[in-house]
Amino acid sequence: MSEEEQTAGQEGEEAPFNWATAETIPSPIKITGLTNRFGDFAVHEDLDLEVRRGEILGVVGGSGTGKSVLMRSIIGLQIPAEGTIEVFGQDITAAEPDEEIGVRSRWGVLFQGGALFSTLTVAENVEVPLKQFYPELSQQLLDEIARYKVVLSGLPEEAASKYPSELSGGMKKRAGLARALALDPELLFLDEPTAGLDPIGAAKFDELTRELTDTLGLTVFLITHDLDTLYAICDRVAVLADKKVIAIGTIPELLETDHPWIQEYFNGPRARAAVATQERGKALDNKGSGKA
Amino acid sequence: MREWAQFSVEERGGRATVVITGPMLVSTIGHIDEELRAYDGSVQAVDISEATPIDTVGAWIVFRFANRTGADVIGASEQAEVLLDAVESCESEAAIIPARDPIFGRVTEHVGKAVLEFFSGVKQSIAFLGAVLVAFAGTLRHPRRLRLRALTHQMELVGVTSLPIIGLMSFLIGIVIAQQGAVQLQQFGAETLTVNLVGRITLRELGVLMTAIMVAGRSGSAFAAQIGTMKLTEEIDAMRTIGVSPMEALVLPRILAAVLMMPLLGFFASGVAIIGGAVIGDVMLGIPFLTFLARIQEVVPLTDFYVGMVKAPVFGLIVAMAGCYQGMQVRGNAEEVGLRTTMAVVQAIFMVIVLDAFFAVFFERIGWI
Repeated sequence: MSEEEQTAGQEGEEAPFNWATAETIPSPIKITGLTNRFGDFAVHEDLDLEVRRGEILGVVGGSGTGKSVLMRSIIGLQIPAEGTIEVFGQDITAAEPDEEIGVRSRWGVLFQGGALFSTLTVAENVEVPLKQFYPELSQQLLDEIARYKVVLSGLPEEAASKYPSELSGGMKKRAGLARALALDPELLFLDEPTAGLDPIGAAKFDELTRELTDTLGLTVFLITHDLDTLYAICDRVAVLADKKVIAIGTIPELLETDHPWIQEYFNGPRARAAVATQERGKALDNKGSGKA
Repeated sequence: MREWAQFSVEERGGRATVVITGPMLVSTIGHIDEELRAYDGSVQAVDISEATPIDTVGAWIVFRFANRTGADVIGASEQAEVLLDAVESCESEAAIIPARDPIFGRVTEHVGKAVLEFFSGVKQSIAFLGAVLVAFAGTLRHPRRLRLRALTHQMELVGVTSLPIIGLMSFLIGIVIAQQGAVQLQQFGAETLTVNLVGRITLRELGVLMTAIMVAGRSGSAFAAQIGTMKLTEEIDAMRTIGVSPMEALVLPRILAAVLMMPLLGFFASGVAIIGGAVIGDVMLGIPFLTFLARIQEVVPLTDFYVGMVKAPVFGLIVAMAGCYQGMQVRGNAEEVGLRTTMAVVQAIFMVIVLDAFFAVFFERIGWI
């Protein structure tokens, strides 16, 4: 955690720069009446969801409830059967190809496996979207941008010249994040960023996500199975079940609903363990700041 | 129209100040980056109070310029401060692509590696052949260990399902040989010898050779891809841990299937090619269809048939061995599967043609002309 954030929590200090109120811009994502079908099987039916600017929205749901399909619909990889999806006020489903370009440069996507281009180094991977959208940038600047984005994503600087096959799973995710952040997006999609990482790596990735969100003023759409991630960094959580978003809100708010899946999810043994971890973490933090 | 970031130089209280105006975003940087890079006057301050909005790329350019000229950044908004701090902590001089050796070193290294790989490849394929023979001897001693179900399944895949494509290919080859041969032989008034040409060349050479090439493309590649994928998904490791030998369970049925089916396929191919030739004989040369077939019996020596049938199982062995061997060599990632599959097919076809040449000399020496 940066020094700034730690001091910000204390009374009388300057509040951190608040991105959410900096400008009044419509919700980055607004979905109404979304229906997705594969053959006769409907994954989503009349689904509504609104993501607020500057928040980290966790999206949870059992396997097969269409979390990834929802993300793919928002970024235009899956054409929905019905409904509208507005991203930055533009209707993705009705947008002309030319209009879409304007939106595409404003989001970054981290796919589950990283989806790095295997023939390019990490730094070259970061340069791909920059070259695609802004051909006027000089190679020198591209290299500089790629370098600091690599470090910004929590990779050691030597990683810039490595090929994806030379990276570990956790490093691949960070490299994927560096590429997702290449265009300084306002909106970041993370598809199970901590899946397959060891607990330490996962906790660090969570911390990084939170830090970047605060520093760069991102809005994050985060699909996860990881209860620790939900408790640690998500401002709100949306629960997908029965082909809809059945509930959205902070975790305490969700706990008040009596949907059986939500109750089971947040009151299961793993959830209790995650809460315990959080509380232990907070206790340690307090001790740490007490010493300082 | 995009609004581009711009800068001007002002004199403020004796301090040369670079004033940046307009949005400093990655989308609006335009040429300010290069202009600032080229700017070499003395600067004491950079005013970015009118450079809004700003993102990390804009902050990076401001930071780099201020850092190079030793100027103070003034008028930064809260947001800009946060971003300037962020990019400052991420400054890096790391290389973008890995350093490469000079060309002389690279070429020699490449050649050396290729030579070494060739020899180790030869060694490994001999070891693989040995392992196959050991597994084969094992099943001979304990016939119940032979995977009959897998064997019949592979025989169906290698043999039965490839009948249509091999039939069509051979029929067309028979037509082409007969037609081309007839044109040449007509010049000597010897068009009836077309029968000899078609009969001998298909039974002795082309029937088996073309079948081997087709089986390499169809089944050899499939062997490599199947076994390679199973290696990637750790299926083969799982087999070993529960005491199942992948040699017996995967490799042997495939090799036996290819060895057993190749003679049948080769003979089938030769037969269909002769029928193709007979059709052309009937249409072009006026040799009745049945007469053509009857003449085959008279003009083709039985040794031609033997030559084909001796070669066929050997070709089958080579094609299946190349496929299984390359499949077992897969390591690492999915890309490797594609690479190994290609290698399996190329090696199989190459080896088949080389061996065919050896066989030609060999049979000539023993008098099977």
